[in-house]
Amino acid sequence: MSEHHMTTAHADDHGHHDHHEHDDHANHGSLKSYTIGFILSVILTAIPFWMVMGNVFESSSTTAMVILGFAAVQIVVHMIYFLHMNTKAEGGWSMLALIFTIVIVVITLAGSLWVMYHLNHNMMPGMMHDGTHSTHKMP
Amino acid sequence: MSDITANTVDALNADPSARYYVREHHPQNGTLLGFWIYLMSDCLIFACLFAAYAVLGRNYAGGPSGAELFDLPLVAMNTALLLLSSITYGFAMLESVRKRLRPTMAWLAITGLLGAGFLALELYEFSHLIHQGAGPQRSAFLTSFFALVGTHGLHVAFGIVWLITLMFQLKRHGLIPENNRRLMCLSMFWHFLDVIWIGVFTFVYLMGVLP
Amino acid sequence: MMQDQFDLTKLIFGRLGWESIPLHEPILIATFLMVAIGGIAILGAVTKMGWWGTLWRDWITSIDHKKIGIMYMILGLVMLLRGFADALMMRAQQAIAFGDNAGFLPPHHYDQIFTAHGVIMIFFVAMPLVTGLMNYVVPLQIGARDVAFPFLNNFSFWMTTVGAALIMVSLFVGEFATTGWLAYPPLSGILASPSVGVDYYIWALQIAGVGTLLSGVNLIVTIIKMRAPGMTMMKMPVFTWTSLCTNVLIVASFPVLTAVLAMLSLDRMIGTNFFTNDLGGNSMLYVNLIWIWGHPEVYILILPLFGVFSEVVSTFSSKRLFGYTSMVYATVVITILSYLVWLHHFFTMGSGASVNSFFGITTMIISIPTGAKIFNWLFTMYRGRIRFELPMMWTVAFMITFVIGGMTGVLLAVPPADFVLHNSLFLIAHFHNVIIGGVLFGLFAGINYWFPKAFGYKLDTFWGKVSFWNWVIGFYLAFMPLYVLGLMGVTRRMSHFADPSLQIWFQIAALGAVLIAFGIAAMLMQFYVSFRRRHALRDVTGDPWDGRTLEWATSSPPPDYNFAFTPRVYDNDTWADMKKQRYTRPLQGFTSIHMPKNTAAGFIIAVLSGVIGFALIWHMWLLAGVGFAALMAAIIIHTFNYKRDYYIPAAEVVRTEAARTRLLESHV
Repeated sequence: MSEHHMTTAHADDHGHHDHHEHDDHANHGSLKSYTIGFILSVILTAIPFWMVMGNVFESSSTTAMVILGFAAVQIVVHMIYFLHMNTKAEGGWSMLALIFTIVIVVITLAGSLWVMYHLNHNMMPGMMHDGTHSTHKMP
Repeated sequence: MSDITANTVDALNADPSARYYVREHHPQNGTLLGFWIYLMSDCLIFACLFAAYAVLGRNYAGGPSGAELFDLPLVAMNTALLLLSSITYGFAMLESVRKRLRPTMAWLAITGLLGAGFLALELYEFSHLIHQGAGPQRSAFLTSFFALVGTHGLHVAFGIVWLITLMFQLKRHGLIPENNRRLMCLSMFWHFLDVIWIGVFTFVYLMGVLP
Repeated sequence: MMQDQFDLTKLIFGRLGWESIPLHEPILIATFLMVAIGGIAILGAVTKMGWWGTLWRDWITSIDHKKIGIMYMILGLVMLLRGFADALMMRAQQAIAFGDNAGFLPPHHYDQIFTAHGVIMIFFVAMPLVTGLMNYVVPLQIGARDVAFPFLNNFSFWMTTVGAALIMVSLFVGEFATTGWLAYPPLSGILASPSVGVDYYIWALQIAGVGTLLSGVNLIVTIIKMRAPGMTMMKMPVFTWTSLCTNVLIVASFPVLTAVLAMLSLDRMIGTNFFTNDLGGNSMLYVNLIWIWGHPEVYILILPLFGVFSEVVSTFSSKRLFGYTSMVYATVVITILSYLVWLHHFFTMGSGASVNSFFGITTMIISIPTGAKIFNWLFTMYRGRIRFELPMMWTVAFMITFVIGGMTGVLLAVPPADFVLHNSLFLIAHFHNVIIGGVLFGLFAGINYWFPKAFGYKLDTFWGKVSFWNWVIGFYLAFMPLYVLGLMGVTRRMSHFADPSLQIWFQIAALGAVLIAFGIAAMLMQFYVSFRRRHALRDVTGDPWDGRTLEWATSSPPPDYNFAFTPRVYDNDTWADMKKQRYTRPLQGFTSIHMPKNTAAGFIIAVLSGVIGFALIWHMWLLAGVGFAALMAAIIIHTFNYKRDYYIPAAEVVRTEAARTRLLESHV
């Protein structure tokens, strides 16, 4: 039995999962990392709110671009500090799944916007998008 | 009969086929990866709702717009509650790693309460809108607003139900590996909901009040 | 008081009433009688043979991927009969309904038939059959004992079945949608389709969709995490690769279907304005979103079968697959590109030249990796020692048929051409060409190939060939005329025509459908005869075809635990490698094996979902509410079950392996 060498270093049957536990969760973070993440998130939230509520920029599209940028950064902050996203988790598969999802989300959003813009433009030319005007009420 | 190991040289000489199998194999647990992949699929549901909002979000149909309806201070309050709940969950996880059950449960309870607070404010906001005649049936803008924000709220509600259930299970079984896995899954879920909320408050509320 | 009573009836029964039962439709009455008689016969037989216990313990509550795989196949084949009955009725109607002859199907009925035909064939025939194959084969091919989440696997199966059940119920209680299989608004909106048909459609698909999505997660994690030691990604069998990509597509596309159907149901149930004509809604958004799901869906259907063909061609050419690496890359490229072509389903909706050109080009590009695969299969066959067993026959038929269908697809990819051919019978011919030629022929190849593994005996060759020739000839007779008709301008989904010169083409097509019916009957005959002759057709060694991948290392059928010892892998075509190195099975040293336990939870939760679906369809709010509470309770109770596994004792493993040893020795 002393020769009996196992591929993983533990002895009990129903505990197999215990040991993998330590290898599996790549990272639990620490008080420091959660605090940093929290503070960054607060800042990254407060600034956009201030920009909109305080009418900081004249142009709507500038404001929109800037706050979207802040949102993107804050999402990354959440991913790193709260979700502990890294390239090692699950042998890199977590990151791959995330990247693939982001690609599909971008295609869905950008694709739908592009297609719907053209469809609306060609097929519903009367529709105003910031419509304060009436739209026809169908019976 | 004596157990011969599969990997010693003697074994190979005795039985060349032995290199083709292993006697003990413990496949890695797939729960965390599986849950993460499920979360990615949930991301896509939200992507569709965001896409619908992006396309329909300015179709006011002569009705009220975001600028007229959205109460940004309320939204800021909600955002704060959710963000706080994210960090309190983080504290719960830190305690669970240190194998301290009571503090874990305490931080979980606080997280749940913060989440409930978020939902209460959101329900208040929704009922106020509906009373003003700005319910989901009023226009495509409001339809897509209620659908996106409402779906997020439903997810939070399910998260709270899960959290309460998990607290009972922790009480019964303690911080066993199975429960630790469940805590990690709920952690991913909870933080993911906060990530979606970043998209919501930016894209729906903040951009929605811009002319 | 009367008022209260009336409200109580509405609360309990919603809009369900006696008039919901279609007593005035003779075809439905006849169908119901057949179903009732058949159902009673089956239930009676099960009772008489005392099989209820086995059925519950070993099948309904089973979490074994092999049993679940077989149940998926049975579901798919049963629903094939229903979907094909719809097809026969359509062909019959279209063959006779010219001029004064209105045929035997009024438009309202005809519309439900073509809608049901599409929904059933895609969601309840093709998807279950493909899922069943992947479920059965993938764990065996990677040297695993089960999938990553066995309970979820059982649950996924029952959700799919409940979805199918809802569709079947719509035949006898209420009616089905008349909108076509994708239910575009505004036709599917509450104003144009106020009755229950579209709601049956929505809830059947939502429920089945949950099952499919979870199955996708399950198989991805299985393939990533549970491969035998030494099996790197580039040493996996090609069928496993195509299964991985298929399940990635499932996880990345089914959420879109869920979201869109939810939006449609909100429009219908509470009057929101996603897709309405007024108040700012936009029905083109539905078409856009649903095809973002719909195009990946067709790749979900075909990719596993590309994997089947790779396995079959290599096995029956006794040769390593040519171009393994390019096959893998082609599959991955197809997976990604399938997200960039969706607009080709609605070139004519008016997005304009720039958008249409982009998607036309991407559609043409996506045909290239598939072409690469065809060449790889041909190069594998070249200089191989080819055995034309049934799986290989189906594969050759696929190659010819699918290439024709693919070519008409590239033709349709040209937007100006599509403007003429969109929604004509040319389109119908194209997609049946690729689905029957690709998916169905591939499924038949896979079924003939893996049947011996699952049941321990081969399928009868004679009836298999009868089925094959009837299917192939029948297919060409049924669909080539449709290309002609489409080019002549005939529109799809018509139940009556004025121009008598078209009739001959429809009659030929009807003849083709009859031949296909013989093909299906011959297949059923094949199952029956094979069962009767199972001793003569017995697969003793577990490797009836001189296979090359790990599933052929097990007995036929495999034991519950698949492998007594997990294999260690060094090369592609692992089993071929092992045979070359004169591998012999281990005969001793067996230990107890950790296995998941059967459970009723999946079945219960799925049935409750079905009840809620039915209640929502009929506006039975009380039942829906109670059902939902019961559902949450069932789910939560299930999560309190921490004792989900057990051990197969070493002694039992020893006995099973010894029995196999005796079998192998007695037949040398």
